[in-house]
Amino acid sequence: MKFGVVQFPGSCDERDAVAAAARVGDAVLLWHRDRDLRGVDAVIVPGGFSYGDYLRAGALARFSPIMGEVERFARHGGLVLGICNGFQVLCEAALLPGALLPNTSLRFVCRQVDLVVVNAHTNWTRACARGDRLSIPAKHQTGRYWAPDPVLDELEANDQVVLRYATGNGFNGSARDIAGVSNKAGNVVGLMPHPEHAVDPLTGSADGLALFESAALVAAYPTGFAGGHT
Amino acid sequence: MRARVLIRPKAGILDPQGQAVERALPALGFEGVRNVHVGRLIELDVEDPAQLPAMCEQLLANPLVEDYDIQRPDADEQSQNVGPDDPRGISSGSGST
Repeated sequence: MKFGVVQFPGSCDERDAVAAAARVGDAVLLWHRDRDLRGVDAVIVPGGFSYGDYLRAGALARFSPIMGEVERFARHGGLVLGICNGFQVLCEAALLPGALLPNTSLRFVCRQVDLVVVNAHTNWTRACARGDRLSIPAKHQTGRYWAPDPVLDELEANDQVVLRYATGNGFNGSARDIAGVSNKAGNVVGLMPHPEHAVDPLTGSADGLALFESAALVAAYPTGFAGGHT
Repeated sequence: MRARVLIRPKAGILDPQGQAVERALPALGFEGVRNVHVGRLIELDVEDPAQLPAMCEQLLANPLVEDYDIQRPDADEQSQNVGPDDPRGISSGSGST
């Protein structure tokens, strides 16, 4: 299992993402100006402030050369995970539905939050069970998930809401307490909290490892889990 | 030609920046202010103003959450280039996608 973590100018969580992924497989950095995914089995678009968050968070990173390859990879079923700024980038690229707006508090918030796994069938959550609680840090100012109500209804009907903030843990004003969503096929997932910062009990929680382990399961059993594992 | 693009949050989407400004004004003694919304202004020189709506849809605005107005102060002389728009040189996108 080989993970590739995209590095844009302004990314800041790419090394933690590489370190987290390296616990379950091999992991390499992919430079934003490259057009080669170097044969990776999964792509992680990490957190940070790509291109300084100029214009809108994630708006400019979407047009960097590597993102053309990531979009192609995703549309062919490749595993892609967007974390925080990476989630914003994937929404801007229309690989995921919806948009991330400024927190209702207008403040940058950094805190440990409990998430509830809503869909344990995606390629990034199949090592979890539905209803699992994951303690993972969140740190952002632009994390209020928003989509029009009919789209939210459709996401819920299609099981595309992957993670929600547990009751009392939502802090950014996200619609329906949504913390993470997937595309229809479940190969592309984005979330605002940071699983890559929660991979060792030394820093308070190792619950984030489950996402990386999920991707490794897909690589190990590419068809063996289709819809059958909770 | 010179163009201005005004971008604002779509109606109905919570705009905490606008609310914060709205709350701050009475504190300074300015009463009777409502419906404050904070957006962005982008000024640009373009050779082909007909491309402005596509620029807005693809990059300058996020049409899912933002509305935009395109203003061309000198559009009167150029109106033959810009399509069936309002003669004042203003066109809008509500950009539902």
